[in-house]
Formats: sequence, C-alpha cells, structure tokens
Amino acid sequence: MAATLSPPRLLPSGDSAVTVEFSRTIDEDANQRVLALDKALAASPIDGITETVPTYRSLLVHYDPEKIGFDALGEKILPIATRPLPPVTRARRWRIPVAYGGEHGIDLDDVAKALNTTPDDIIARHAGGDYKVAMIGFTPGWSYLSGLDKSLHMSRRQNPRLLTPAGTISIGGIQAGIQCLAAPSGWHLLGRTPVRTYQLHRKPTFLTEPGDRVTFFAIDHKTFADLDRAAEAGEIVAEQVDA
Amino acid sequence: MSRLVVASIGPASSVQDGGRFGAQRYGLTVSGAMDRLSLAAANTLVGNEPFAAAVEIGPFGASFTARDGAVRVGISGAPRNADIAGTPVAMDTSVTLKDGETLTLGFARGGAFTYLAIEGAIKGEPVFGSLAVNARAGLGSPYPRPLQAGDEFSVDAASGAPERGIELPKPATGPIRVLLGPQDDEFDEANKALFLNSEWKISATSDRMGYRLEGPAIKHLHGHNIVSDGTVNGSIQVPGNGAPIALMMDRGTSGGYPKIATVITADVGRLAQTSAGTAFRFKVVSMAEAQDEVRKFARLIRSLPDRLRSSDTIALNIAALSDANVAGHAVSAIDAGTWQVTAEP
Repeated sequence: MAATLSPPRLLPSGDSAVTVEFSRTIDEDANQRVLALDKALAASPIDGITETVPTYRSLLVHYDPEKIGFDALGEKILPIATRPLPPVTRARRWRIPVAYGGEHGIDLDDVAKALNTTPDDIIARHAGGDYKVAMIGFTPGWSYLSGLDKSLHMSRRQNPRLLTPAGTISIGGIQAGIQCLAAPSGWHLLGRTPVRTYQLHRKPTFLTEPGDRVTFFAIDHKTFADLDRAAEAGEIVAEQVDA
Repeated sequence: MSRLVVASIGPASSVQDGGRFGAQRYGLTVSGAMDRLSLAAANTLVGNEPFAAAVEIGPFGASFTARDGAVRVGISGAPRNADIAGTPVAMDTSVTLKDGETLTLGFARGGAFTYLAIEGAIKGEPVFGSLAVNARAGLGSPYPRPLQAGDEFSVDAASGAPERGIELPKPATGPIRVLLGPQDDEFDEANKALFLNSEWKISATSDRMGYRLEGPAIKHLHGHNIVSDGTVNGSIQVPGNGAPIALMMDRGTSGGYPKIATVITADVGRLAQTSAGTAFRFKVVSMAEAQDEVRKFARLIRSLPDRLRSSDTIALNIAALSDANVAGHAVSAIDAGTWQVTAEP
C-alpha cells in the first residue's frame, strides 16, 4: 500500500469555508492534488459541504456550519486529501481556434519584439503548447491554463487595461488564459477565440472544467467572423477530442 | 396582476435575493443582498420566503407607484423617511399602496441599503437558482442591470392581509468581528496589530464588489503577489498599496492578494451598512465564537416570522414616528417605544 501524502494546511476562510492548501506556489503536483480532492469530494460528498472551488494550489470548501463545524470537517477532509493520487485518467481535450494578431491580438507584435523573434514564431510557440485548465476564476468562464512554453514567460503589463475584449487569448507571467467576457486585464493579448467558455442559454453553460486539456490552432480573421456568428447562435465551435 | 413601477431611483439599486450559489468553480460570483438580515426582514413582512428577490435600494432616494391594482410591500434596512402622499410609513413595516399611490423613500440616514419586498416576491427567470443582478456578467431578472426610472414589476395584487411590523434585535454596535486568515501568515505581528488596532473608514469608491478601507498602510512580509485562490464574502485582501479591500457580494471568485482576515458572516451585513466615512474597528474572534455566531444568525433569520407584530401596535407609534421624522430623525415604529426588544435567540 502506497504511503500517504503530506497533509495540506487547513486555513480558515471565515466561519463557513476552509481553504485546503497544498502549496504556496504554482505547482503541477499541488494542482493535481487539488483536482483529485475536488473529484473525491464530488464522488463521496461530506454532509454539510455546499460548494467547492478549485484553484492552482488550494481547494476552497464552502460548508454550512449548522451541519458541520470547522474541526469536524477538517478531520473528514484530511484522510481524503492525503490519499495517494489515483492513476491519471484520460482528460477531455479542447481544440480552440484563435485569430492571432491584428485587431484581435494587439500585443502580438510587441511580445515578438520583446522576445527578439517574429509574430509567426510566437503564434507557433503558443499554439504548439499542451495546456491544462488549472482553475477557472475571476469572471465566468475565465480559464487559467498551465503549460505555457517557458520561452513565453514574461511579466504582466505595467499598466493593466481597463477593458479587454470577450474571447481574448492572452499570456501573463507563467500562465496562459482564455477569457470569456470583456474584462480588465494586465496580460498580453495575442488573439481572440470565437469560443464562448460561458454562454448563458447554451447547454452546457460552461464549456471548460478544471483538469481539461487545451490546445490552440490558428484561424484567419474571416474564419473568426464566421465562427463568431455561429458561436453567438449557440454553437460550441471548439473541437472536443477525448485524448 | 398589479404592476409596481419604479418612478425614480438612484444608482446602486438592483434586484437582489439570497444569492447565486453553485457555480463559483466556473468563476460565477454569488451576488445577492448586501445585508441579508434586512432582505429577510422585508420579505417576512409580506409573507415571502426570507431570501426571495426584492429591490435593494442604494443610498439615494427612490419612489414606486402601484398600477392596475394595489401592491403590498415591506421595507427594512438602512433607515430613511418614507411616505405615501405625505403620510409617513415606518421602517420595518408593511404597507399597501392603492392603485395609483406612490411610496416615496428619502436618502439613507446611516447605512446604505434598504430593501423593498413585494408581496408574492419579484418574479423572473432564475439563473443558477437566483434572480440577483450581477451587472458585470449581465445576469439578473427581470432586469440584468441596476434599476432605472420607468422599470416595472408584474406583481401579485395585494392580498388585503393586515399590515405588520417586525421586531428586530437592536443593531449591534462595536467592532466588526473577523477571523484571521487564510493568509495572515503573509503579515508580521506588527502589521497584524496595525490592522486590528487602527480605526478604518470605508472609501466612497466602494461598491458591491468590494469596500476599500482607508487607514494606515498594511505591509506584507513577502510582497503582495500570491497565487490566486478562492475568496468568500467578507475576505479582506491587502493589495500592493497596503490599503485593505473587504470583498463583498460581487467579488471575483478568486483573487491574488494575501487575505489577512475574513469578516464573520453575522457581521458582513453590518459592514455593508457602514456608511462611507464612518470610523470603525475590527476585532478578532475565535473560530468557536464565529461558528456560534453564524449559527445564531441562521436561527435569527428563521425566527423572523415569530417577530411579526400586528398593525394596531404600529398605529400607536405612527404619531411619535411622524414627529420624529419631521424633526429629522429616522425612527422605526418599533424604536418609537412600545415593544421590548428581546434577546437574540
């Protein structure tokens, strides 16, 4: 029998939630443990847990303190959180079309300049990546991706933009992202996707789940316009591959 | 069906209910009433479920007109002058507007949010079980945005039920209670003490997303960038400039600044009702005390129907109320003197 893993820290987030923290940094192993705990709690629910929110390094567990207290909940979570990780199962994979550069990716040329290369090379490196949805947060459908090519790591913009377009595909620090709604952002905007990771009256409302794999492929701006119309009408326009 | 028409309304007013839970893992925040107790009290006055959808009225005035029949409403929350054609209406009471009558509410005097619940509740298309407005995500029903003059609600015709008052516990005064964490270890003892021992004011730039706190700058131990993790209502994060922000109902579901402390559930509504510029302090409580308080708060919400009183009692207080309101104090019929306020359950 495999040894148990090191216990996470149980940090109080007020009187009705606990942050189960596996690491203080972005760490692939920690993120796997977060997603494994999230899955385990969904499969065998603990009475009193109302909602879970996976992030890079911790699982936020909301609970009803009339049903279970902080200490009792911690005692139930710890044995599950220290179980050896289950074998990696095949994840769902999304192939996401992106119109790079021009009006859709206003930072592409500057990023290429900053990294001493060509815009086409940046597109190849970004689209060539194999990403994982590490978490979804900030605004509906905003998917934070791990797996960005090291050569594309660069600090965020000095001056965040107050509004960036819906569907923005961007990079910031060591992360890549798929943004769904128009929102402020300090990341570098490489392109736009017609894919809506969140669309209210579509089934499913939310396309991506933490743990999904993602790859990108380039499309021209005319194709973007066509797919954007289809997406607006409720089509998913991303290709799903069970990889 | 009757209609209730928004004749006039200020900014920061929207339809809110108990909130939208279950999709925070997809980045969809909870929204919902800033002051849950006052929402529940207003709803209870007209026989609704405590967290049914109602109008959350921001600090400015508002007026509502009944059309195509009578409409019965309940009001609770931040005190204000209220009247129908010059006849005062007490806070924490229900009242029926006859067809064509207008209920006029003045500016909030102390606090920020007042709740107008409508008998039979506001109707609309729920998303994730909620009608609450989340303006940034374009969610909420019947209007997915702050309310404007001319908006209207299709509502049940007034039942003719006798008017009610509700006897609420005296609002707590004293410090806003917090639990330390989840990232209090990102601050040294001196800065935690500075946070806990200083006087704070809420900045006028605050909104339903967050309340910015004005006071001394709080310094981090290891810089202000942590890896984003989950937030809750009442998380107090400290960004790079050292000015804490208490995250409220329209918060981002995750945030990348260290969270020094979290306001306890029982005090989130009280923080929400603290006017910009009013000085206040924080106080640390133990987990045991915080959990005791959150359970008490849940029992208080459930006990609200037992706290309803008959309209006869309200009538006795209307004269006193009228005098007080004319003199410029906001007084509820209850505070005007007949009822003994019992201890919290």
